[in-house]
Amino acid sequence: MCGIIGMLNKDGKRIDGSLIAEGLSLMDERGNGQGAGYAAYGIYPDFKEYYALHVFLDNLKEAKVDVEQEIERWGYIVYSEEIPTSEKGTIEGEKIPYRYFFKPDPRKLLGREYNEQDAIVEMVMRINAKRSGALVFSSGKNMGIFKASAWPEDVARFYKIKKYKGYMWLGHNRYPTNTPGWWGGAHPFGLLDWSVVHNGEITSYGTNKRYVESFGYNCTMLTDTEVVTYLFDHLIRKHQLPLGLTGNALAPKFWNEIDALDPNVRDVQTALRLTYSAAAMNGPFAIVVANTNGFIALTDRIKLRPLVVGSKDKTVYVSSEEAAIRAMEPSLDRIYNPLAGEPVVHQLEGHAQ
Amino acid sequence: MNSNFIPTKYDVYVDPQRCRLCERCVENCSYGVFRRDRDRILTFPSNCAVCHRCISFCPADAITISRRVVQYRQHPLWDEEAREDIYNQARTGKVILGGMGNAKYYPNIFDRLVLDACQITSPSIDPLREPMETRVYLGKKPKQLKVSGEGNDVCLKTQLTPNLMLETPIMVAHMSYGAVSLNTQLSFARAVRELGTYMGSGEGGLHKALYPYKDNIIVQVASGRFGVKPSYLNRAAAIEIKAGQGAKPGIGGHLPGEKVNADISKTRMMPEGTDAISPAPHHDIYSIEDLAQLVRALKEATNWEKPVFVKIAAVHNAAAVAAGIARADADAVVVDGFRGGTGAAPKVLRDNVGIPIEAAIASIDEKLRKQGIRNEISIIASGGMRNSSDLTKAIALGADAVYVGTAALVAMGCRVCGKCYTGLCPWGIATQREDLVSRLDPERGALQVQNLLTAWTHELKELMGAAGINSIESLRGNRDRLRGYLLDENILDVLDVKTVGA
Amino acid sequence: MEHKDAKQIDAKGKDYRTLNKEIRESVNDGINYITVKNVLGHRFIADGIKNRTLRISIFGVAGGDLGAFMDGPTIYVRGNAEHAPGNTMSSGTIIVDGDAGDCVGHSMRGGKIFVKGSVGYRVGIHMKQFQERFPTIVIGGSAYSFLGEYMAGGIIVVLGQNCTKPVGSYVGTGIHGGTIYVAGVVDDNDLGVAASKKEFTDEDRDIVSALIDEYNHHFESSISIDELTFTKIQPSSKRPFSNLYTTEG
Repeated sequence: MCGIIGMLNKDGKRIDGSLIAEGLSLMDERGNGQGAGYAAYGIYPDFKEYYALHVFLDNLKEAKVDVEQEIERWGYIVYSEEIPTSEKGTIEGEKIPYRYFFKPDPRKLLGREYNEQDAIVEMVMRINAKRSGALVFSSGKNMGIFKASAWPEDVARFYKIKKYKGYMWLGHNRYPTNTPGWWGGAHPFGLLDWSVVHNGEITSYGTNKRYVESFGYNCTMLTDTEVVTYLFDHLIRKHQLPLGLTGNALAPKFWNEIDALDPNVRDVQTALRLTYSAAAMNGPFAIVVANTNGFIALTDRIKLRPLVVGSKDKTVYVSSEEAAIRAMEPSLDRIYNPLAGEPVVHQLEGHAQ
Repeated sequence: MNSNFIPTKYDVYVDPQRCRLCERCVENCSYGVFRRDRDRILTFPSNCAVCHRCISFCPADAITISRRVVQYRQHPLWDEEAREDIYNQARTGKVILGGMGNAKYYPNIFDRLVLDACQITSPSIDPLREPMETRVYLGKKPKQLKVSGEGNDVCLKTQLTPNLMLETPIMVAHMSYGAVSLNTQLSFARAVRELGTYMGSGEGGLHKALYPYKDNIIVQVASGRFGVKPSYLNRAAAIEIKAGQGAKPGIGGHLPGEKVNADISKTRMMPEGTDAISPAPHHDIYSIEDLAQLVRALKEATNWEKPVFVKIAAVHNAAAVAAGIARADADAVVVDGFRGGTGAAPKVLRDNVGIPIEAAIASIDEKLRKQGIRNEISIIASGGMRNSSDLTKAIALGADAVYVGTAALVAMGCRVCGKCYTGLCPWGIATQREDLVSRLDPERGALQVQNLLTAWTHELKELMGAAGINSIESLRGNRDRLRGYLLDENILDVLDVKTVGA
Repeated sequence: MEHKDAKQIDAKGKDYRTLNKEIRESVNDGINYITVKNVLGHRFIADGIKNRTLRISIFGVAGGDLGAFMDGPTIYVRGNAEHAPGNTMSSGTIIVDGDAGDCVGHSMRGGKIFVKGSVGYRVGIHMKQFQERFPTIVIGGSAYSFLGEYMAGGIIVVLGQNCTKPVGSYVGTGIHGGTIYVAGVVDDNDLGVAASKKEFTDEDRDIVSALIDEYNHHFESSISIDELTFTKIQPSSKRPFSNLYTTEG
């Protein structure tokens, strides 16, 4: 059991993180204090041209030197600092959160076929696979993930998230089952500007993991949420599938539903299911996946995990529980439970995909 | 008496107290074990194939068949089999031929793999109440789907090639008309049509009686090319090139001339009474590029409308071969493990050549994934699948679907006596003798095969449901849901499966 | 084009799928005479086509599996043919006004193949006959080894023109049906297992003579059977391997 939450202002109006922390904290019952985190979009306007790498360091000596050497093989660091935190020593298994604002150097990528984003993906995969005391957990532009092994309110306080202002926030409160509660295992998971919060357990993990690994992703964090992040990156960024179809690929319609569709739609859904059968996610899940443009929320196709969507003016809210949404916005225009497997897509206006 | 004498293996005893002298045993035994002698039944146990036909027809339960133990001096190396094979070959100077699959006591990997089930952290799913999808599409899939438009106006820009749709991932393996009787093939055909799956024609052409079932038949093109003509290729759901067989990797097959009767000669399009010889390799395939040529020749001949499968025996480098097949425009690779059945194979090959299907599936699936071409081709596994758990494990290791051969025969009454090559099968399965063939009623045969496959499909759904999976594609290659029990590290490594407890 | 059911196709710059599709579509449109120019290794020409009146003339080098599975058409190649022309063909005629590669007529079960020049290895391998279907291969020059291996029916004639040795080794290995006629001497050491020499009778002479006439007609040559001495090779048994096996205890 976990709690997930998200909000987006479609006009791009930025608010600080205290609201989302309040909503998430209302769902403390869904977690166990072993992991919580937030993803915030639009928080680094001064550095928006640069990739913001959030890294957990084991120490400020070898681990830091190591990771910086690797990063500098791919480009140059514009600015770096320890992520400001409070109450040092109050959270178990503490890591040192550090951030680098980074620009890949095309000259260093010479002779490579891939583009800048592929380079970032490969760099992150390499650093994380090495397990040398540094873990990159956030790597997008003008966005950042903040997470730790603690209760939601403690994490919010630790990272001082009320000092950040974003137009979109995701939050997660963890009740770990398959893997121990460690900082890297907390949600959101991120890659490039993707961030994912996830409630449930993906029973198709072994199939999905092997699928993404055959395209060069490395699953190093011992958890199924990581694989969701890579699936989205693969289907949307690499394969250019529309968001809605991506949702259908990952939570496919049942064959008897597909067979009954109009021929054109049926052919698309059949082809989608055939092509992406190894990407389809099985088992109970509710996820919210965001990138710079907006988010998609999705549950498994028999709704084994809850998801509620609400809206007020230009702000959309999504959460495991209605109460968490109402805690953030008491007077909603609309609130509803989406259908099982039905992708809920919301984007910044003027950024329709 | 001779010095190469081999003791009789079984005792056949007819209890005179019970026997009613109805002679059903005499009529039913095609091997000549029984003879009426005035008021008693004489037995000739050295002819006995342990096929149980007599027992099942004896109304008085008077017949007992038991192992006749003739003590040899015990020796761990020079066991009975070793000595008897030598006596046999010293007497005849010939290659030993045997029926059915590998008869050596190799450890069975399936029996040392256990499946997973959900407990609390995710729910198991009850297939009786909730949808549980076992539909499989066999064939090439694009690596990436390109579309244009949005929502309901989405249009496909990627064209898909033809696939076979199976409602259950279990198909009936190729057994040729000739190796088995027409009634056997008819039983299979009716069963697979009912179930929405497929059967293989084997290498023997297609008998007219099977034409109505053509949409559920995969026709085989083997090295002998028996019965292969344009109408044969077009009268099929898919075409399968047979390059190898698990029971006898690397060699061909001979259907003895005495089995080639008028009907079989017509179906195979060859002269009556002549040996039907399938050479070891296809003589138009001496290399992988030649395979591509044959695959494409078959596709050209059928206007690129039929999926083409390629069947190989599971051998050491099966994974590399499969990758080559994937790049030869083939739609599926069929891999037949070393326990695969056969009507007849030289014992030395049957028992000593090839690798277990479990390892072959795992290594092929892995190789294709590593090369990023898993979507190019489906994997069909066969060779010794005895029950639903074997096939479920095969799918979890990476197979898309399986073929069952022996199990389908057993469903119709086959006792695995292994005397298929005699052509005397008393159950009407591996025979062409009219009186024997008529013992197998295709209606009944179909029902029994259908029952078996239905039961297995249901068990597969239960196993999937227990693992919290409601669609077969999420089981495929999901090795995280398997654990190895007392498998050594090397095998675990090949299977990419963790040990129990891990 | 003089006939309305005739068509000329230029293969230059086309891949074989495009070319063969064009041929198939022409046939479906009722075209009976097709001339294909600039053929250079295009494979699978006339593959699987069932049509008794269709005639295709090919100018250039015909690629592998020419006329494979074909049932009826006549193909005339003005040039050489590569690997396995007439593979598993059911009926029809393939005439190659040049040389052909390995495996000519592999598993062929009907129709005729005439090759003016020489052919490669394993020609006529596993050819078989059935009722009215009777495959025939006539080779003007020489054939390499394994000629008629596993042959199960039909006729192979090797005329041995302009060569020192008409056939290679292992002639008719595993042969269990059909006949091979070789103009010239075949050394006993060159015979395969299960093949044996038989007397060349008057009946054989009539058969071969008719085929030579046909050959002469196709290639405008004037070979006479009177100038040739034939060795006739047939199976020693319909069951070459019946004595190979004993059974398991």
